[in-house]
Amino acid sequence: MIRLMDTTTRQRLLDSSDFRRLVAGRWRVSLALTALLFVLYYGYILLIALNQSVVTATLAGTVPLGIPLGAGVIVGAWVLTAIYVIWANRRYDPEVARLRRLEE
Amino acid sequence: MGTSLGTPTASAIVFFVLIVALTLAVTWWAARRTRSTREFYAAGRSVSAFQNGLALAGDYMSAASFLGIAGLVALRGYDGMIYATGWLVGWPALMFLIAEPVRNLGKFTFADVVAFRLRQVPVRIAAAFGGILTVLFYTIAQMVGAGNLITLLFGIPYAWAVTGVGAVMLAYVLFGGMIATTWVQIIKAVLLLSGVTLLTGLVLGEFDWSVTRVYTSVAERYGQGALEPGGLVTDPIDAVSLGIALMLGLLGLPHILMRFYTVPDARAARASVLYATGFIGYFYLIIPIVGFGASALVGRELIAQTDPGGNMAAPLVAELLGGTPFLGFIAAVAFATILAVVAGLTLAGASALSHDIFVHVVRRGQATEQEQVRVARIATVVFGAFAVLLGIVFEGQNVAFMVGLAFAIACSANFPPLLLSICWRRFNTAGAVSAIATGATLSVLLIVLSPTVWVELLGAAEPLFPLRNPAIVSMPAAFLAGAIGSWATSEPEAEAKFDDEKLRTYLGVGAE
Repeated sequence: MIRLMDTTTRQRLLDSSDFRRLVAGRWRVSLALTALLFVLYYGYILLIALNQSVVTATLAGTVPLGIPLGAGVIVGAWVLTAIYVIWANRRYDPEVARLRRLEE
Repeated sequence: MGTSLGTPTASAIVFFVLIVALTLAVTWWAARRTRSTREFYAAGRSVSAFQNGLALAGDYMSAASFLGIAGLVALRGYDGMIYATGWLVGWPALMFLIAEPVRNLGKFTFADVVAFRLRQVPVRIAAAFGGILTVLFYTIAQMVGAGNLITLLFGIPYAWAVTGVGAVMLAYVLFGGMIATTWVQIIKAVLLLSGVTLLTGLVLGEFDWSVTRVYTSVAERYGQGALEPGGLVTDPIDAVSLGIALMLGLLGLPHILMRFYTVPDARAARASVLYATGFIGYFYLIIPIVGFGASALVGRELIAQTDPGGNMAAPLVAELLGGTPFLGFIAAVAFATILAVVAGLTLAGASALSHDIFVHVVRRGQATEQEQVRVARIATVVFGAFAVLLGIVFEGQNVAFMVGLAFAIACSANFPPLLLSICWRRFNTAGAVSAIATGATLSVLLIVLSPTVWVELLGAAEPLFPLRNPAIVSMPAAFLAGAIGSWATSEPEAEAKFDDEKLRTYLGVGAE
């Protein structure tokens, strides 16, 4: 169990530029990845709704482009998730550990 | 082709008994480890990231995904595939926006997070209301689906099937709490993933291991149109609205969010989402192959004749390629799938009743451990009995829209206050209550007025609301109501506590 910080330590940490950078960086990465996810998925849906000729164009004889596109959305979504985990494990967690060591 | 569907064959009974025996043995083992609330609601927070990844997949992939999507692809071709992608894309959003904050801020339920710095009584009542409504509609759809499926697969009368599912699921949750539920979900995920992998392999084996040949064969039999978008995505606004509900609804599903409390920390929660996304993505990548294979090998006529909804596509192709024993296995897997999902839902419903309403509203946070566990078990029985009853009441009704309704409420009533409470200092009690009330009311009302219910179920000539999926209206309205409610009132205590919340959200300071 983690011990809770006293008030002055807490305030110093909250006001520190390192903590602010950590929070801002976390949301920058999250929102950028969310935006990519939206482009990937809603782009796919809107492509089907608005421009069917792209989705029905065939590759190698019979397979319409829509099938690899659908599979691509699934694989792409997983890749974005993996990118987030790699970023969080390599950048975010060490910074959290450093800030907590400094203040406790 | 003759089929043994609907008759209890020896192999179906053997696999069925094996699965029930195995899961009840796990429950017996789990029951001896379930004494405290931490164990009952959160499996003692000792589930590993990999185990939780499997359990999340087991909690999420319902019989509707397995039999329903295979059937949709078999009967309607590519449309089923579009639908399948929608079921996956919520997972990355869950990870990016709320998974780690939810893990760090909460204890047992998502209402813990919403109520973290707000006034307990009104916020707990509102959040539990949104949560219970979501879980209830989801459960009705699952129970009716379970009754129909078991009747189709084994020929057991509907009411018996629903009661049987209810009894086994109650045994898991009542005695083994989250520990048993977790292991039932892990067993189910492993069975489902391996069963569908085997089925995909059998299908591909018929086509010289070439996916392209599967598609070619479908196109030869049913025309190129089977591989192209049909009627699912025609109106872009409705399609995006469905996409929003499927994607962001996941971020408000109480039974999924609850699973994050079973892992030790935020890092494990993060890893578990990656595992879950991998398992679920893999499943949705291969399930269309099963559907197209059923189309090409069994034929749409026989599939639609066996069940107009197409739910029997996967079992029929399993029987064709693997004989009666494999059909028995797939039927038992479908049964395990239903059990794991309803167990998760029941635990979530019970925790909202006991942890949010009883402990924090009735007892104002003052209840002993023993009393809390006892009340949690009573709530489990109440919710479970209610689920069985509703399952029987809705026999023969078209409940497909209820899953859509559950997702619409989840993304409109549960997700907005969750996100706002995590990132907005100014957010307060009035904001949370207005967001939840607006989101829940609008999603229910607009679905009733939509073409799905107003025209197709109630028989009116014209819908009063043009879209089938209300999320594109109800979710922004809930965010707006949350903002207006917060701006209109002032709650200095809530703002003051935001600093504590930030340390806990981003650094895990004080996380349980």
